[in-house]
Amino acid sequence: MKKSYLLAIAVIAVAIVIIISTAGDASSYVNFDEAYQLASTGSSTQVHVVGQLPKDAAGHPIGIEKSEDNLSFSFILIDDNNKEQKVFYNEPMPPDFTRSEKVVVIGSYQNDKFLAKKILLKCPSKYQEQKLNAGV
Amino acid sequence: MHYTIGNLGHLSVITAFVTSLLSSFAYWKATSLKDVEQKNSWLLNGRFAFYMHAVAVLGIVVSLFVIIYQHYFEYHYAYSHSSLHLPGQYMLSCFWEGQEGSFLLWMFWHVVIGLFLIKTQKMWEAPTMVVFTLVQAFLASMILGIVIPGIDLKLGSSPFILLRDALSDPIFQLQPDFIPKDGNGLNALLQNYWMVIHPPTLFLGFALALPPFAFCMAGLWQKKYSDWVKPALPWTLLGGGILGLGILMGGYWAYETLNFGGYWNWDPVENAVYVPWLILVASIHTMITYKNSGTALKVSIILVIAVFVLLLYSTFLTRSGILGDASVHSFTDLGLSGQLLVYLLFFTLAAILLSILRWKEIPSTEKEVSTYSREFWIFLGATTLCMMGFQVLLPTSIPVYNKIITLFGGSSNLAPPANQIEFYSKFQLWFGIAIAFLSGTGQFFWWKKIDKEKLKSELLTPVLITLLVFAAVIAIAKIYSIPYLILTLAGIYLIVSNVKVMISLLKINPRLSGGAIAHIGVGLMLIGVLFSAGYSKVVSLNNTGMLISKDLPTDFNRDNLLLFINEPRSMAGYDIEYKGERIEPRHKSGYVNKNDIELTLDPFKVVAKKDIVFNGEKLYQARDTFEIYPENTFYEIELRKEGKLAASLFPRVQINPAMGGFLASPDIKRKLSRDLYTHVSLPMNREEEPEWGDLEERKVKQNEDFYISAKYVASFESIQRINEIEGVQLDAQDVAVQAKIKVQGEHEVYYAEPIFLIKDKTQVGRLPSEINDLGVKITLLNIQPETNEFLLGINTRQKDWVVIKALEKPLINVLWIGTLVLMVGFTIAMVRRFKDYASE
Repeated sequence: MKKSYLLAIAVIAVAIVIIISTAGDASSYVNFDEAYQLASTGSSTQVHVVGQLPKDAAGHPIGIEKSEDNLSFSFILIDDNNKEQKVFYNEPMPPDFTRSEKVVVIGSYQNDKFLAKKILLKCPSKYQEQKLNAGV
Repeated sequence: MHYTIGNLGHLSVITAFVTSLLSSFAYWKATSLKDVEQKNSWLLNGRFAFYMHAVAVLGIVVSLFVIIYQHYFEYHYAYSHSSLHLPGQYMLSCFWEGQEGSFLLWMFWHVVIGLFLIKTQKMWEAPTMVVFTLVQAFLASMILGIVIPGIDLKLGSSPFILLRDALSDPIFQLQPDFIPKDGNGLNALLQNYWMVIHPPTLFLGFALALPPFAFCMAGLWQKKYSDWVKPALPWTLLGGGILGLGILMGGYWAYETLNFGGYWNWDPVENAVYVPWLILVASIHTMITYKNSGTALKVSIILVIAVFVLLLYSTFLTRSGILGDASVHSFTDLGLSGQLLVYLLFFTLAAILLSILRWKEIPSTEKEVSTYSREFWIFLGATTLCMMGFQVLLPTSIPVYNKIITLFGGSSNLAPPANQIEFYSKFQLWFGIAIAFLSGTGQFFWWKKIDKEKLKSELLTPVLITLLVFAAVIAIAKIYSIPYLILTLAGIYLIVSNVKVMISLLKINPRLSGGAIAHIGVGLMLIGVLFSAGYSKVVSLNNTGMLISKDLPTDFNRDNLLLFINEPRSMAGYDIEYKGERIEPRHKSGYVNKNDIELTLDPFKVVAKKDIVFNGEKLYQARDTFEIYPENTFYEIELRKEGKLAASLFPRVQINPAMGGFLASPDIKRKLSRDLYTHVSLPMNREEEPEWGDLEERKVKQNEDFYISAKYVASFESIQRINEIEGVQLDAQDVAVQAKIKVQGEHEVYYAEPIFLIKDKTQVGRLPSEINDLGVKITLLNIQPETNEFLLGINTRQKDWVVIKALEKPLINVLWIGTLVLMVGFTIAMVRRFKDYASE
């Protein structure tokens, strides 16, 4: 066989491995129930859950607990199915956390706790909410 | 209101758009007509139109710059990207912070390169300029900002739009001529010297991908299938160097300014330029192969087209808003996605169509390449580079798949890999290994024809040296992971073999050594990346044991360190101590203790309470007023080794609600072998009232020592009558006294000066005095003249603190050195190819 054919076969093989692995490693957007089911089947895959922080009448988020030394915190997140879940995060609370409209947590269930490895905040964008500093 | 400058700018945009189309048409005529006289007259027309276009682009740039520099806040661009207090050098960054400005930058570079081509490429001028001017027309359309009447189609987003047209605010109805006093300011993260030079470099790299594409298209169009490679090659080399430099500058900026702990995050925006760069490097290799041996012409054509299309795709990804949640730093959506898609598809389809039409006529060789030829090795290398790019491109495009599936009525919940760094690294690592082995070996074939026997003798020395160095490295570095071991071996082999080639070339002809030097750079970069990323470790481990929840896994909650002011902890072999909050004067370099200044009504100005000395140099006299950057707070952190000062770090925190709130930047202690990278992960919230402990009463006599919080020795030094108190009206019969209490802190002596006041003979007032660093507040409760005693009230609170995260980055300097070596290699190779081309 010609070398160029061998090479072509090798390239195709690597490409297939890449495609399969990408499909396998791609995460997905799920809700808490689905994430829980995933974890209870023994999978340790990290998933994305999109949710909102519960707020009191004055619009302040509730259910945030910081550790005594401020190094970690937990909060309640309500997913799109209105399920409330306590989420633990091992970094200090980002200062703009309470202002965020939407929170994406990336992580997985361990026993009954959802541990976030990463948090993405969707803050009111400076462009969408741009208000004039009418301080003349 | 300054309408003229905006109108001038807008007029220039329209002129630039129209002239680029005119020029395109004229050059097209000049290319397709046979008659020499007509050809020449159209050529002159095309050239003239392009000169007009150049003037118009310059006009846009100047107008926009004047608007920013003169603070014309009636314009949306100046209002949202600049502010009165922005230092001059960052005015440049404002220019390209917005999408419109960055399109403009891209156009500007095309104009510069286009003018250069007209000057130098007589034979290729007409067909290449058709491509150039078409690209310019598309880019100009992005900033046109006009609505086509009838079909209500908005074309482009103009940088010259007025604030009142961009924002709907009730004030504009009351007062149409309202101009805000100040702008929103530049995103603090971009106020960095790298952000002044990184975007122009990157866009120059983008722009430099156009000449090879234009030459390739011209070659296919004019059926000069093999001639286009020669003029295209030096541009490709220049583009490869500049684009690579631009990408790495971005990485260096991220390392210095962002707090994700590294220089590369596999963010879609980063991937979107990394992939075209890989393919561009592959195309350099195949083009050189073609020049030397006549093979790989078709591959070169495909790759050159792919580079340009991928750059357009990357533009589409980062600017259309499609990445949405997937990226942390893409541009905001300006509603240009449709236009961007047309731009991408136009050139993709045109290039593919032209290639298909001409495919059969493109000469190619059918002979099988020998394993002992350089073509074989280069081809393997180029293939690896392409696979490397493919592996990154595939997951980066996940948001695009979701969009397409939704477009056809389906639903997709695919998300990018949760741990991007791990995901990409596990592949790119092996590709890196392959690249290193291939280019280590390939260099020997590059310069001479070699057979099996000769190869063995050539390889013997480098392999032996490699193994020796490898043994030494693993003995010192203690690498246990098998992929890391292989990458180390491959990297060393790449460096050693190319050093050998370089030495022999330097003896013969140094002009030819560019390739070998560039590959040495790549080898160094691989080693630098391996150690600095693979062996990066968090050193700020938290050992306080105060977990948020007892039944969480033990690795949870251990990455950050809580430091109380003036209380040393140990970290990474250092004694680490937080010394307090500092600010930065605007006009002098150094840091000023926040305790030593008084605020004024103007947030940008403060008054020195005492002489301010930094590193032995006196910055300000007591009572001097000076300017500061009020948004920035620096947290002085001292590192000591065996009692001796090793470094003072000043990681920065920026609080700017308009720009997303809290931004932390690291400070880096650089050593030859490793960097210690430290950033604040949580500062104390100064807006919150601190929680004071219960008041403790203490009766003291003058000059008698007593303890506060059982650790600070204090003594009541003196008391004296004062005649004025800020903010209090004192009458003749009122009595006010101020005590002076000395408190010995950990490092310095502090004075508390509480005031006791009897007003209108009956009312008693007490003004406590706080010692911020100690978290102590002292009130003078009463004076008992009969026993000569004073009654003090003492409150304490939790001391000031800061939470930090620190990482160690071994051998990161090898990466930066490798980058420089790579750039030197690119430069030598490029100079050689430009000279080759010019000499014919």
